[in-house]
Amino acid sequence: MENLNEKVQNTLSMEGSILDAKLERRSFLQYAGAGAAIVALTAAGCKKDKVMIPTGVTLDFKDDFGVLNYAYALEQLEAAFYIKVASAPPSGFSTAERNYFNDIQYHEVAHREFFKNALGPAAIGGLEVDFSSINFTDRASVLGAAKAFEDLGVAAYNGAGVRLKTDAYIVIAGQIVSVEARHAAYVRDLIANGSFANSEVVDANGLDKAFTPDMVLSAASKYIKTKINVINL
Amino acid sequence: MNIVNILEEIEKVDGEIYERLNPRRAAMKDFFNMGKKITLAAMPLALGSVFKKAYGQSTPTQINDVLNFALTLEYLEYHFYNHAVVAAPGLIPTGAPIGAITTIRDHELAHVNLLKGALGAAARTPLAYSDFDFTGKGTFPDVYTNYLTFLKVATAFEDTGVRAYKGQATVLKGNAVLTTALQIHSVEARHASHLRQMLAANGATGLKPWISLGAGGVSNDTGIAAVDPIYVRENTSMQAGVNIVGINGNAGVTAAIAAESFDEALTKAEVLAIASLFIK
Repeated sequence: MENLNEKVQNTLSMEGSILDAKLERRSFLQYAGAGAAIVALTAAGCKKDKVMIPTGVTLDFKDDFGVLNYAYALEQLEAAFYIKVASAPPSGFSTAERNYFNDIQYHEVAHREFFKNALGPAAIGGLEVDFSSINFTDRASVLGAAKAFEDLGVAAYNGAGVRLKTDAYIVIAGQIVSVEARHAAYVRDLIANGSFANSEVVDANGLDKAFTPDMVLSAASKYIKTKINVINL
Repeated sequence: MNIVNILEEIEKVDGEIYERLNPRRAAMKDFFNMGKKITLAAMPLALGSVFKKAYGQSTPTQINDVLNFALTLEYLEYHFYNHAVVAAPGLIPTGAPIGAITTIRDHELAHVNLLKGALGAAARTPLAYSDFDFTGKGTFPDVYTNYLTFLKVATAFEDTGVRAYKGQATVLKGNAVLTTALQIHSVEARHASHLRQMLAANGATGLKPWISLGAGGVSNDTGIAAVDPIYVRENTSMQAGVNIVGINGNAGVTAAIAAESFDEALTKAEVLAIASLFIK
């Protein structure tokens, strides 16, 4: 609503000349019209304030570009996390762990850049991340965050696949999600061997999680500073 | 499984799903009357019956074909692990190894039951252990007496499963069944990751949880020539027309990283050719 208020104020200042003008009948009608527009704007804003906010990035799920940008956003987040881990791994990491986290870093960079190129001019901008809740010097903290990112990534792709309309993108999403699931299993086994597909993530029907974008973005929001607006979900 | 989500997804494809599922329709009364009596374990069957009643005889043939294809593979995987757990004493070390294989076996059984339930009367003839030859017609003669061989075949099956589901995804485009297939698919990928780590810990030094580039750039990173067909095209570096190697100036994205970052799909024919080695 803050942004909406800004917008209303902008509208008012633009219409300043009307306020200053003599209240001729025609001007009065214009003013009344502007007022009605503001009321409509406010009403619309209260119902769907996400639509009206001009800051941040917008994921418009009306077509495949929205879904791909959603994936691009998540890959940006994962890449930023692993770049930070790989550049200064926790002292508790073994050599093998350092090597594999280095690999994962580049997997996520490859995913991120793939989406950037595939989207071209339709790509959203770079997201500003917030990793203040992660202690990058502590192995357990890093592994816990990695597990959260990977399990969330898997659930996100699983839930988004059905939204895609283009065959090539359905295949690509499938090609990426299994790599994310391999990461998830690896990280989980580092935390507790044998937890690669335990009941936290796989239900009694043998199914992994599938989350809708709003669930995923809500879970990811603590790691993202940039405002993400979702429309046409 | 969240049935509300599934119904919402179906609605995007079939705008009349709620009409079809209307409780006033006699066909649907039974399901809604079941109410709280449905337990989680009973859900696959219940869900399968909902779809059957809602669509009558019109469940698209291609979708049933995909589900039956998946069911065949799940039978194969289930019997492979189940025999190892119950009928090959001493094969799998106690503790974490038998724990992991039992977990995987249980997931494969759950997948069999889920797919059978979804297919209902359209489900293929059930497959028993005796319908399979897990030596691969003599390719892996000690599969149930040599733990390393067992792990190699297990890894091969899981990597195949991951690739097989991917290959069918476009047939299920926009259908709620795709979500379920993806949910199975990522579980198979988790299995593959763990089995590769088990294999690495038992002699296949350097084998990664993800499929990497084989020696000299070949597509098979396991070094087991007998499973070459399972890894065809895994050394691909072009994805949807985008070259992944060194993408946008990222020198760290090597050919090996490019191969690892994207798992490839197998066609149905390729999967059936692999599976036929193990089906009598």
